[in-house]
Amino acid sequence: MLVLALDTATPTLVAGVARWSPEATEVLAERAVPSGTKHAELLTPAIRAALDDAGVALAEIDAVVTGLGPGPFTGLRVGIVTAAALADARGLPVVGVCSLDAVGSGARTVVTDARRKEIYWAAYDAAGVCVEGPDVVRPAELGRPGPFVGDPAFAERLGAEVVEAQVTTAGLLRAASAQLADPALFDGPTPPAPLVPLYLRRPDAVPPTTIKAVTQ
Amino acid sequence: MNEPLVLGFETSCDETGVGIVRGHTLLADALATSMAEHERFGGVVPEIASRAHLEAMVPTVHRALAEAGIAASDIDAVAVTSGPGLTGALLVGVAAAKAYALALDKPLYGVNHLAAHVAVDELQHGPLAEPSIAMLVSGGHSSLLLVPDLAQDVQPLGRTIDDAAGEAFDKVARVLGLPFPGGPPIDKAAREGDASAIAFPRGLTGRGDAPYDFSFSGLKTAVARWVEARQRAGEPVPLADVAASFQEAVADVLTAKAVRACRDHGVDHLVLGGGVAANSRLRALAEERCAAAGIVLRVPSPKLCTDNGAMVAALGSRLVAAGVAPSAPDLGADSALPITTVSR
Ligand SMILES: [Zn+2]
Repeated sequence: MLVLALDTATPTLVAGVARWSPEATEVLAERAVPSGTKHAELLTPAIRAALDDAGVALAEIDAVVTGLGPGPFTGLRVGIVTAAALADARGLPVVGVCSLDAVGSGARTVVTDARRKEIYWAAYDAAGVCVEGPDVVRPAELGRPGPFVGDPAFAERLGAEVVEAQVTTAGLLRAASAQLADPALFDGPTPPAPLVPLYLRRPDAVPPTTIKAVTQ
Repeated sequence: MNEPLVLGFETSCDETGVGIVRGHTLLADALATSMAEHERFGGVVPEIASRAHLEAMVPTVHRALAEAGIAASDIDAVAVTSGPGLTGALLVGVAAAKAYALALDKPLYGVNHLAAHVAVDELQHGPLAEPSIAMLVSGGHSSLLLVPDLAQDVQPLGRTIDDAAGEAFDKVARVLGLPFPGGPPIDKAAREGDASAIAFPRGLTGRGDAPYDFSFSGLKTAVARWVEARQRAGEPVPLADVAASFQEAVADVLTAKAVRACRDHGVDHLVLGGGVAANSRLRALAEERCAAAGIVLRVPSPKLCTDNGAMVAALGSRLVAAGVAPSAPDLGADSALPITTVSR
């Protein structure tokens, strides 16, 4: 089947088109766009470009895959709501995966920027199965052996090399393969259950403990 | 030709709104709100609102389509609030609208939230008289606008220089121990009170003051001082009288300035919008003063005054009818979108 894959969990948004079967994944096109905080501006143009590059019309897509983070919330939501809305408008199933699963391969610890001097991380065994995380910590408190892949900006604070790696379409498809292979995928409820982002942090909001007088 | 069928998205604050209109006809107005989650914080928490928008988006679209009795593929155009508002909240709506427009292969209009507050009245009272004066008062905005052409020419006359009118209601409600948001409980309490009991100040109404700007910070502080003085003296606080006197001060200033704007500009139509326009005393006083001044007053029903998706669809419909160019594919959100930008 033809799959559209999206991710906005990192500063580089990814939009890719792939032909997927349980046996093989062929990435037909991929746009990786350095977007900073401009995910909303750049995502739909990137999707259109990836579809054009692949020579595939949106009407031919069979399923949508999206990264659920963890990642900075505002950008993360852009990708997730885009995937949900595209899938809904076209009546397609949508699959969410941990974005860190789509970074690198094999035995590794993936680290990405969580801002506020923290990292998002997850650890994988030799078969690529997530064995710990995802979670958010200060790099100094991670306490895991390498190899590290992901955002090299954290090499110094981790005291170890970090091999640069990004979210990829192939990685997203690999992470989604079990869900894509599930025959129940195509007869879920309408509308489907909302995709739940991996926020890993509570909203910044503290209820006032005492109500201050306005004149104080 | 059939009038265009427009799907509108609104997520600038805490309401997830999805509306559907055909021309000036309202077909659906589906709303999800995260207001209850903000209550204990005494104000809207942006991150909580953004999370709620994401969760509510697709289900709210489904409710709107069901209410209108149409399929998504019937839609002719998509409109979305692009600003002003909370960035994180706006972006959920913008991204969703862009995705629906892409998937349905329809034009997308990123619109100004304030202009949409004006446009919504067309769903109830037909085409807007142009020029009109519009006064928008809510927890987020307090603006007086001159509207020569709602599709492409909206001019700011004045706005609040400190608190929004709705914020003053929220803060006064807090002082009086009433729930958040403060508008409805103050309106209710005021019905039992004497509006002339306490002479609260009318901000920016002096001779040299900006004629169309508002200030509610001084009023809010005056109410708090008055109440706290009673409390310190161990005297009971006449809640209904305080609520009525405060509400009277707000309604007095707003309506006086709106009527003056009409007179000064030779405009005989006034449109109210925003959550505070649901206030019963503001509506009554506006009616009274407009009637006296020979001004036709238009106020949407309370449900359409507060933020909703129908208002965005209404403005989108207006833009389609006027032949305004749709937004570029790189549309984003602008938390401080100026009112002079009706669509972008
Ligand atoms: Zn509003």
